[in-house]
Amino acid sequence: MTLILDYDAGNLGSVKRACSEVGLNAEFSAHPDAIIQAERIIFPGVGAAGSAMRSLRERGLDTALKTAIASGTPVLGICLGMQVSLDYSEENDTQTLGLIGGRVQRFKLNRPELKIPHMGWNEVRVKQAHPVLAGIEPGDEFYFVHGYYPSTAAPEHALAVTDYEDDFTCALGKDNYVGTQFHPEKSGRVGLRLFENFARWDGVWRPDRSSAGSGGGKNAQ
Amino acid sequence: MLSKRVVACLDVRDGHLAKSVKFVNTQNIGDPVEKAREYYLDGLDELVFYDITASSDKRNIMLDVVESVASQVFIPLSVGGGIRSVADATDLRLAGAEKINVNSAAVARPDLINECSEAVGDQNIVLSMDVRRVEVSSEQPSGFEIVINGGRTPTGRDALQWALEGEKRGAGELVVNSIDADGTRDGYDIPLTAAIAEAVRIPVIASGGAGLPEHLHEVLTDGKADAALVASMVHYGDYRVSGLKQYLHEQGLKIRMSW
Repeated sequence: MTLILDYDAGNLGSVKRACSEVGLNAEFSAHPDAIIQAERIIFPGVGAAGSAMRSLRERGLDTALKTAIASGTPVLGICLGMQVSLDYSEENDTQTLGLIGGRVQRFKLNRPELKIPHMGWNEVRVKQAHPVLAGIEPGDEFYFVHGYYPSTAAPEHALAVTDYEDDFTCALGKDNYVGTQFHPEKSGRVGLRLFENFARWDGVWRPDRSSAGSGGGKNAQ
Repeated sequence: MLSKRVVACLDVRDGHLAKSVKFVNTQNIGDPVEKAREYYLDGLDELVFYDITASSDKRNIMLDVVESVASQVFIPLSVGGGIRSVADATDLRLAGAEKINVNSAAVARPDLINECSEAVGDQNIVLSMDVRRVEVSSEQPSGFEIVINGGRTPTGRDALQWALEGEKRGAGELVVNSIDADGTRDGYDIPLTAAIAEAVRIPVIASGGAGLPEHLHEVLTDGKADAALVASMVHYGDYRVSGLKQYLHEQGLKIRMSW
């Protein structure tokens, strides 16, 4: 069974509807035991880092998630669910889960016509092949809504980038964990494909040593 | 770089798709769920549903429409019409609406914007404003006035001031609908759209008057809009969403071309 982590972090119905559309049977839960036993976990979230972390800790979900990840359960983090997987978020000055090294920062943009939040469709450029990102072609766009972005400490964790004044990491991965800044549940066919990929993923992934470190070059296309 | 969005607006009355000309004489033109699915498969970037149901006892029909669309259409879904409270907004969010549009009720009680924005997140609150051209006066220095109740009632509020107030109160996006242009298919009100888009830091969706692909191009460039809303030009089959996007792409705009 696929578990959608339900921790009062916004409207999660759209994630469940996208799962149903690709035949992935997913249920909401906020029980630590269910998380540890789940076959795979989707960790969504809309809202602010501070209240999300409080909500996770109060329910004992932070420890349960770490246990599940250590045992190899495939986990997909989306938007805020991805952001709190890093060490720290500037949003509400929050210590986050530390599943992946790095920080979440507020956009600081120079061009006045660029708005915050970064909201709308933007291109996702895959830098390292990953089973969950399979099938994303150059030019494919996903739907984004966010004012903060992840900055991973180790380039081998950066899977894909998006340009908003500069390139930022929009998908990251480590072992059996993968996270996206964009919303695959609102991204049409390419987004649904990502859920299909996740439904089939066994949780095994190794960084591509040759491409890691090149992450985010503007001339990559 | 973000793509410019093509947004389709479906006016829904008692669960049926309706289209009005200058906000009067609505006629039934089909099933909103079918239309939504058709546009989604044809590359639409975002959907707006506007509930123009007159009687409040039929309001729940809209929740069913939203739920049905949300389970078949996987792009952002925005819903407006008759939202008066946080409870209205929350019900629609649970039914599957991504964004909530507030309009007349926010003019009557501006705190509604703050309350909804706190309850469901500012990026999900859209301030939708119906605007008409008026003589420049001390009350309406921009020459644009907010009207409510589907364009029938003038409010005396200056549209530019209202846009800025809405942004300050926590709206994450604006829909700027020209009542003068609505339903005419003569093009968007470019000066109105540009004046508001240049004054605020949140995205602006231009609405009212789209009849030709050139109108979309004009409002996304000269009008400084982030998104162009279309209705009758696609509802009656004169243009397809994919055709409009292809045209805008060929004109050099950044448009999502793969779906």
